[in-house]
Amino acid sequence: MNAQHLDFYMQTILSMAALVAFTSFLMLGQGRLLRLIFVFAIQGLLLTLTTGLAAYSLDNPHLYISAVLTLLLKVLFIPAMLRREVLKMAMHRDVEALKNKTLIMLSGASLMIFSYYILHPIVQTSNAVMINALAVGLSVVLLGMLLMISHRQAIAHVVGFMSIENGLFFAAIVATHGMPMVVELGVAFDVLVAAILFGIFFLHIRTSIDSLDVDLMNRLHEVEK
Amino acid sequence: MNWLIAILQTALLVGLSPLLAGWLKRCKCFLQNRQPPSVFQPYRDLLKLTRKQPVLSHDASWLFHFAPYMVLSATVLAASVVPFIAVDLPTSATADVIVLVGFFAFARFFLTLAGLDVGTAFGGMGASREVTISSLAEPAMLMAVFTLTMTASTTNLAFAIDHVLQAGLVLRPSFLFALFALLLVAVAETGRVPVDNPATHLELTMIHEAMILEYSGRHLALIEWASQLKLMLYGVLIANLFFPWGIAQSLSLNALGFGLFAILLKLAVLTLILAFAETAVAKMRLFRVQEYLGFAYLLALLGMLSHIVLEVLL
Repeated sequence: MNAQHLDFYMQTILSMAALVAFTSFLMLGQGRLLRLIFVFAIQGLLLTLTTGLAAYSLDNPHLYISAVLTLLLKVLFIPAMLRREVLKMAMHRDVEALKNKTLIMLSGASLMIFSYYILHPIVQTSNAVMINALAVGLSVVLLGMLLMISHRQAIAHVVGFMSIENGLFFAAIVATHGMPMVVELGVAFDVLVAAILFGIFFLHIRTSIDSLDVDLMNRLHEVEK
Repeated sequence: MNWLIAILQTALLVGLSPLLAGWLKRCKCFLQNRQPPSVFQPYRDLLKLTRKQPVLSHDASWLFHFAPYMVLSATVLAASVVPFIAVDLPTSATADVIVLVGFFAFARFFLTLAGLDVGTAFGGMGASREVTISSLAEPAMLMAVFTLTMTASTTNLAFAIDHVLQAGLVLRPSFLFALFALLLVAVAETGRVPVDNPATHLELTMIHEAMILEYSGRHLALIEWASQLKLMLYGVLIANLFFPWGIAQSLSLNALGFGLFAILLKLAVLTLILAFAETAVAKMRLFRVQEYLGFAYLLALLGMLSHIVLEVLL
């Protein structure tokens, strides 16, 4: 079976999956915080579109609510909050020097292969398109983790964390035709609470080490050296 | 008959390439609020250069004379491989896309040798930079092309285009990635703005211009023409591989005319996008070019991955 035998919905879902993975890669190589947040918002927008599309073609109206929630939270609220934080800290002109960008990108690509590899046994027992998109969802999760490992700024870590959530959300939408409403509402509020908690964390990190660069925390000691 | 059309097509491609350069310059001038030169200015420049006597260094060997002819003829051969107006032509059936990349590499090889030949500092610097960039760009280009050829299961350009045409409008994530990768590679390989600036002779930044700094007269005309043709070839390649609709599938006069119209329209749009990009983007530092090309390679790799992961279903 090949891509041209699929219906239009499946083709679009697969393209969306590819674009979501692509935004993850863009975030991975991004040294500027504002641009990182912008790409994160784009990823949220892609998720919104995917959810809307799923709602429309699977005729599943409660997914519309989920799409609106995604739009409000992940495209508008959280990026706006992070953006305000960056501007307040005057970090928008800093360019974070990533240690080895090409190496990080290529390890991202190998993570993608890895996630396909571990999902391969499942592919043989179920609907191939869904599981293929699931592989992309998993690789977005892993790429989010890699983003958290490779960047030093706390804000980048939050973006990485949120994009892990994006990956899970995408996989859930594509593979299950939408989770029950209760679960989705719960997850949405979890994300909201997490965002607010991160805001408080930023405040504390900043007041204690006067920066959001978590590498500085390695130098914290009980006694002054 | 087929061969005649193939030769005519190549001649048309070669003949129209300065026009494309003129159109690109016109778009850029328009976007930058400058008074544009006529679209036919590149033809006039080429004509002027051929009339002038070439000045040669005493230290120039036969290689230096020889290189411009080799560069142009290799590029013309490459032009004969790329389907321009019609698909099913004997020339495009004889060689596949790897040969095409080989022709480009062949032309570049002679250009860099000529840059090194006279022994000026700029020539050597330009040659080393050109080789550095192309050694990074070529894998990305091949990877992008392989993504396409895996979908069509052929490395022949004409067959690949036929396959895309027959499949109709299919949304393929791998094509999306391959398209962007190929766009980035095309910009790097033809020496356009984020990587190299063809408009200046600013000593520290030039790459392509540094290599050909010693050339003058008809030699320079040949090299300029070859680089214009190369730009055109990349444009045609991108336009016809990813948006082949409109290309002539039969050899009737009607289909050919429509094919010519379609490809010119596609090239005009593509050039406009390039002009926009060149106006909006500043030239990169040389040491960031490897990041840029690494990104192009990553895109091509993602294209390949998404072809395998997303499109080939078990």
